[in-house]
Amino acid sequence: MKTHLTEPQGKIKDPIIVCEDVHKWFDDFHVLKGITTSFEKGEKAVICGPSGSGKSTFIRTLNRLEEHQRGKIIVDGVELSDDLRNINLIRQEVGMVFQQFNLFPHLSNLENITLGPIRVRKMTKSEAEEIALSLLERVDIADQAYKFPAEISGGQQQRVAIARALAMEPKIMLFDEPTSALDPEMITEVLDVMRELARSGMTMLVVTHEMGFAREVADRILFFDEGAIVEDAAPADFFDNPQHERTKLFISQTLQH
Amino acid sequence: MEDRELTQEIKPPVHTKSPARWLKDNLFNTWYNVLLSCLVLVVLFFAFKTLLTWAFTEATWGVIPANLQLFGVGAYPREQIWRVWSVIYIFCLLVGLSAGIWGALTLRFALVLGGVWFIGALSPFELSTRGWFLGAVAITAGSLLLGRGRTNLRPWILGAWLLSFPLIMTVLRGFGENGVLTSNWGGLLLTLILAVVGIVVSFPLGVFLALCRQSDLPAIRWISTAYIEAVRGVPLITILFMGNILVPIFMPGLDINQVLRMMLGITFFSAAYMAENVRGGLQGIPRGQHEAAQAIGLNYVQTMLFIVLPQALRSVIPAIVGQFIALFKDTSLVAIIGLIDLLGVARSVIANPDWFGLQAEVYLFAAIIYFIFSYSMSYGSQEIETALGVGNT
Ligand SMILES: Nc1ncnc2c1ncn2[C@@H]1O[C@H](COP(=O)(O)OP(=O)(O)OP(=O)(O)O)[C@@H](O)[C@H]1O
Ligand SMILES: [Mg+2]
Repeated sequence: MKTHLTEPQGKIKDPIIVCEDVHKWFDDFHVLKGITTSFEKGEKAVICGPSGSGKSTFIRTLNRLEEHQRGKIIVDGVELSDDLRNINLIRQEVGMVFQQFNLFPHLSNLENITLGPIRVRKMTKSEAEEIALSLLERVDIADQAYKFPAEISGGQQQRVAIARALAMEPKIMLFDEPTSALDPEMITEVLDVMRELARSGMTMLVVTHEMGFAREVADRILFFDEGAIVEDAAPADFFDNPQHERTKLFISQTLQH
Repeated sequence: MEDRELTQEIKPPVHTKSPARWLKDNLFNTWYNVLLSCLVLVVLFFAFKTLLTWAFTEATWGVIPANLQLFGVGAYPREQIWRVWSVIYIFCLLVGLSAGIWGALTLRFALVLGGVWFIGALSPFELSTRGWFLGAVAITAGSLLLGRGRTNLRPWILGAWLLSFPLIMTVLRGFGENGVLTSNWGGLLLTLILAVVGIVVSFPLGVFLALCRQSDLPAIRWISTAYIEAVRGVPLITILFMGNILVPIFMPGLDINQVLRMMLGITFFSAAYMAENVRGGLQGIPRGQHEAAQAIGLNYVQTMLFIVLPQALRSVIPAIVGQFIALFKDTSLVAIIGLIDLLGVARSVIANPDWFGLQAEVYLFAAIIYFIFSYSMSYGSQEIETALGVGNT
């Protein structure tokens, strides 16, 4: 099942995220049913699966936006527990990009990006602005720095959101359906930024239904169903030689359109 | 060249309406609107005619200037009046500096304030009073010029505003026998002090209570909810009575004066309402805002301070200012325990045989004073809303 483990040198050398038997309930509803997996430094993993299968919940447990109730999650050597200091440490190492962008509407795009570096990393305003401007350059919207989020397009907002996460200089980036709320013509511009980020060596976990992106960028695709990892394989194996019926069905459905 | 012509930007069309056109479109567009408009005009005409005739022919306005000092400061002793002026000067200094530094709405406020002092200086008061007024003009204008462009002073001025609070109280009270007992504070001075203290203290208290009511810790949530509901279930007048009677009974060692007791009553009362207003704003902030703030590593306090509260408070400015205005007018209830605020002065003036039968003049004057302050707050809130409108979705 875990194809990457059986590959010649596929032994996990340097895991940056380790999950052991992670369970999560919303009240009585069992959302995550024992997730055991790990991610290497620099690895790009795409997570897909039907709606309600727990994809979002899973990646949100990795920076403790959701609490897990059983099992163990270790991120960059720190175990996630109730200890607030650990949580804040890990959140500084883990950037997150949301489906709905979640930019701060009362701050300019530049201030959205500098807030974290100034308040959490304790940088000076000018240092933070320098970094923010170079990040805006990197995501190709330097000219929008002094506008407010409501004044730019969805694709641009999502790129500001990516820049905001990158400004904290995270070791890991989590993406929760970053292009699902975007019009088709804007999807490409966001995916391009993510491709560039992938080339730079960032560890990335991406929940997405963009199968083209998955095939091209991912080292590994995890297929979730009903709160469990059903299939975990390299893209070639995943698309051309899926092991499970559910996966086959899902692939045939998603590739139809 | 031709391309340029085609893509040339043009200004949006501007529609200006002549007053006649506006009247026709808005008041006389249908037959029933014509009827309604005429009816309203007739009623307005007679109402104003009666009021204006009374105001200019029958009313005895002499009662107002004769008692102006009473309206202003109540029983505050004459020989100590320099204390009040010192407080006004401190206020002018801070307003002037703020206006110079921030400009915009503060600048307009400073200009109006300076204008009021200037009118005072030109009015036929005693010479010494006009001198005090002139001083206020000078200080407002001088500090305005002094503050211009000194944006680096911003944090200092904010600090100075906070410190001015105890300073103003101390100056007004003085020390021991040589000072002015708070029981002698009165008139508009007392009304303003009660209102300002109530507003400035109940606001942060209300925000704090609102945050507590949303806390994850049940004990904190329950205490805050119980407090808010208890206070909201009781009329202010009861709280003021209880403050006056119960505090001395249950805390006999604690010798706090009546003015302070009223301040506490008003503040605790207003804080409960403030908390509910703020809670309304907090509920309007989507979960995603909290999550995005947490995801970049902000802790709870930072998330509230930089992300949630600025948005939540902005959305409830009208409700909060409405609460401030209500508080300002409710200060008149302190009369029930014998404090003589603006309304109390009005009543005592009417009770004076010299001014017998002049209720209408005196109450109208008091109403106008209340209105001026209330409307200023309302106006200010609208301006602040507009100013903060940028980037608001
Ligand atoms: N805060 C919550 N309280 C209760 N149930 C929740 C909560 N969040 C999610 N759920 C439920 O948990 C299940 C998994 O949700 P999750 O958002 O992780 O799914 P998903 O795989 O990301 O789906 P989608 O593709 O629609 O985003 C769903 O059935 C959802 O209704
Ligand atoms: Mg989801």
